[in-house]
Amino acid sequence: MRELNVREISNALKDMAISINHELSSDMVTLITNAREKEQSPLGKQILGQLVENMDIAKSEMIPVCQDTGMAVIFIEVGQDVHFVGGNIEDAINQGIREGYADGYLRKSVVGDPIIRENTRDNTPAVIHYSIVAGDKVNITLSPKGFGSENMSRVFMLKPSQGIEGVKEAVLTAVAEAGPNACPPMVVGVGIGGTFEKCAILAKKALTRNALSSSSVPYVADLEVELLEKINKLGIGPAGLGGRMTALAVNVETYATHIAGLPVGINICCHVNRHISREI
Amino acid sequence: MDIKLNTPITVEDTAKLTAGDYVYLSGTIYTARDAAHKRMSDTLDAGGSLPLDIEGKILYYLGPTPARPGKVIGSAGPTTASRMDKYAPRLLDMGQIGMIAKGKRTQPVIDAVVRNGAVYFASVGGAGALLSKCITSAEIVAYEDLGTEAIRKLEIKDLPVIVVIDSKGNNLYETAIEDWKIED
Ligand code: SF4
Repeated sequence: MRELNVREISNALKDMAISINHELSSDMVTLITNAREKEQSPLGKQILGQLVENMDIAKSEMIPVCQDTGMAVIFIEVGQDVHFVGGNIEDAINQGIREGYADGYLRKSVVGDPIIRENTRDNTPAVIHYSIVAGDKVNITLSPKGFGSENMSRVFMLKPSQGIEGVKEAVLTAVAEAGPNACPPMVVGVGIGGTFEKCAILAKKALTRNALSSSSVPYVADLEVELLEKINKLGIGPAGLGGRMTALAVNVETYATHIAGLPVGINICCHVNRHISREI
Repeated sequence: MDIKLNTPITVEDTAKLTAGDYVYLSGTIYTARDAAHKRMSDTLDAGGSLPLDIEGKILYYLGPTPARPGKVIGSAGPTTASRMDKYAPRLLDMGQIGMIAKGKRTQPVIDAVVRNGAVYFASVGGAGALLSKCITSAEIVAYEDLGTEAIRKLEIKDLPVIVVIDSKGNNLYETAIEDWKIED
């Protein structure tokens, strides 16, 4: 049994929130920089040029990459040999977010109730996904999610007979409808299988995967390549103003499902696909 | 075409703009997003008057991050426009001349743009750090309690925006995608 003070979790999240809102992970920097080279539309190239310059300014002058510094989504994998001390883990997570968003001059974009809509003024609560794993380590992934793209996300409950073609159609439909609203070039997270909620969580998790990586399942890796190609023929382009670079990456995750179903979750993210992980 | 434009802009200026033009905008603009639009609309419904004279003004749909000490403003890129579509036609009919945001607009907004000779500009979503460098001053002028959603008066210098919907009703989101799409 390893004792871990929850204050360490707060401290880590505070740092991670400030860091990832000012400096994107290297996979995203590579993809955005390469997209500027690949884009054929002159306006699209100019826009991607703005995005590259934006990343530089954000990092060097400590101005958030985007003003929508997101709702904090957290995946936390807790080793079953860890014993938390010093307080409640959920409070500690929210405390880390609270401190990061205050000290980092990040925007407070969370309302406490979806209908009454009063801002909580500290960007809490976070959305937290816990899982218990083997070992005595804690793995935290933070993904501050902007809502321009979140709002364009979809869940489709397909029929098994629709198969992989149905999945492709669903993804292309979601991306086409997202268009300029999702601040393309996008990263598309897809979750196939599970249940209604599982496919959505898988899609979210897919967005936190290194955007330069491929699935380890051969047919899924092929699907990622094919979907990216098809999306980039849609013509939406950077900022939705026309071009080839509509998406930078498609990450797909799969899970077992029921004999009667084929759930597909599509979590759309913009080029400001913030994800950062730390092991404690 | 690259164009330099200074506020206040008039219907004569907007008449010369075409969807696809790259414009460097300077002068005075105002921020307003969801909560400010809702409050302006509720105020008008209740027979009240707006906290600013909307005639000839450009509204930037923006909720910035807090300014660091000594800075004018934080990150300052556009938010998605469609959530303001419910409110925009009435403001355009009252004389608002321009909007800066990102994302598709509904037909009633496009019709109001044409009817009033207004313009819808896009700034690049997710370029808030870069765009903030074009803002030389920022001052809350109304609805301070709304925090990031308060109405701010911004002085801007060469803010890069693109004409998406012009006063003739051309819509770059519709036309550009046709130009670049590849049929399988
Ligand atoms: S969709 Fe992404 S890039 Fe666009 S405003 Fe939201 S967080 Fe920023």
